[in-house]
Amino acid sequence: MGVALKSEIIQVRKEQPEIDIRGLSKVYQTKNNRFEALKDVSLHVNNEEFVSILGPSGCGKSTILRILAGLEEASSGNVRVAGHEVTGPSAERGMVFQSYTLFPWLTVRENIEFGLKLKGLKAKERKEISDKYLELVGLERFANSYGKELSGGMKQRVAIARSMANSPDVLLMDEPFGALDAQTKQSMQHLLLDIWKKEKTTIVFITHDIDESLFLSQRIYVMDARPGRISEEIDADLGLFKDGELVDVDRFMKMKKHIISLLKH
Amino acid sequence: MKKNKWNKLLAIREDIPKKWYLLGILFTFIFLFIIWNALSFMKLVDEVFLPTPVEVVISFILSMVDSAYWGEIGISVYRVFMGFLLACLVGIPLGILAGTFKFAESLIIPVSEFIRYMPAAAFIPLIMVWVGIGEPAKILVIFIGCFFQLVLIVADDTNRISKDLLSASYTLGANRFQVITRVIIPAMLPKLMATMRLIMGWAWTYLVVAELVAADSGLGYSIMKAQRFLDTESIFVGIIVIGLLGLIIDRCFAMANKKLFPWAEGGN
Repeated sequence: MGVALKSEIIQVRKEQPEIDIRGLSKVYQTKNNRFEALKDVSLHVNNEEFVSILGPSGCGKSTILRILAGLEEASSGNVRVAGHEVTGPSAERGMVFQSYTLFPWLTVRENIEFGLKLKGLKAKERKEISDKYLELVGLERFANSYGKELSGGMKQRVAIARSMANSPDVLLMDEPFGALDAQTKQSMQHLLLDIWKKEKTTIVFITHDIDESLFLSQRIYVMDARPGRISEEIDADLGLFKDGELVDVDRFMKMKKHIISLLKH
Repeated sequence: MKKNKWNKLLAIREDIPKKWYLLGILFTFIFLFIIWNALSFMKLVDEVFLPTPVEVVISFILSMVDSAYWGEIGISVYRVFMGFLLACLVGIPLGILAGTFKFAESLIIPVSEFIRYMPAAAFIPLIMVWVGIGEPAKILVIFIGCFFQLVLIVADDTNRISKDLLSASYTLGANRFQVITRVIIPAMLPKLMATMRLIMGWAWTYLVVAELVAADSGLGYSIMKAQRFLDTESIFVGIIVIGLLGLIIDRCFAMANKKLFPWAEGGN
């Protein structure tokens, strides 16, 4: 993917950011323990932007995503998506998890149609949409298979298709390729970029893999732990990659070194 | 070469050739049968205690051609199913509730944990005072024996559904009610069937307990009656018939599980 394409996609930018988090804190309070998972986190994601949140384990990056999804409540701060305060989970904020969350009793197609069925779409409309997303993730041949017949990478492709079929405002991805082997991971990254280009979705991507974040995203928020906070915002939309190949090795290495030093200290 | 073979057969939790597995099964059955033959035919044990296989087989055939014996089987099967179904009807919804809502758990689980340690058989005198010695008494014993175990296991089955699965359905637009009906219940069905299969075994145990203590019909009663006349063959037949019925029902459950849930991981 070249610079031109990335900028093309963000041409149509709304006035306010799609995701706007201000002064977000999350404290877990037990009887004699107070754990500050997130401290004063502020970040924004523009419409149709691909942003990664990168950090060591335990830095609270997944907590940000779960709060965005409405699965957890913020202790304080302001979280707005598409102009609305987040008060609970909704189909407008699709999420893909690291663990496989296919409904094993449903076929691949039925999984993809799950959200559409909840919305009350008719069978014919559902089929049209599921056909489209089956093709998008390249699983047409497995439409009638159950989860147990699929590999890990295929399961995550279904999870992506299932979220996308709902046409959410934003797609939240919590280390979705963390459990995959290196090769599958790479092909999934390419697939995700293709989907992002085609569908123009706003994506927030959680990872602890520096290469992954540099490859996929336009911007990266680097986080630090204890308490979880954002240590730096990095512009990654610099044409490091072209057509999925690394072209600017020097710059890439420099940025990687810089991020490593951020994570180390 | 030979050492290698034994090494393979004794590998921890590794598969062995099917032939060897079947051989193992066959060996135990034949071994037990030989011991039985030896003890009974060589009169090592008094025949009042241990009849010969031949006598048991004759007694078995006589029972099978006796329509009255089928009546006993019928009434026992009826009691087992009534007690079992009643326990399922009440216990499964309560178990699902307890596994879904913490507040329901607090209402249901501790009290069930407490009561399940009270032996169901000890309730029999009380049940006789409450409902007499009619059919309700036997059904109630089976119900008490099964119900509390069932609630606890179903609650646990429900609780084990991955939280990520629930989170995923919320982000796909499901509300709480839909999460229960469209995710929690379908997700736990195979486990539920396995649990029902287990509880069915318990139902048979409590049936016999109930019939041994207070009944004038059924397989347990016929075992009891046989004991009074030192008719050991009939005791054997009663036990074997109950075992066979249990086996048939168990196989039905296993087959249903495979048919109904082709998507479930692992075998049944």
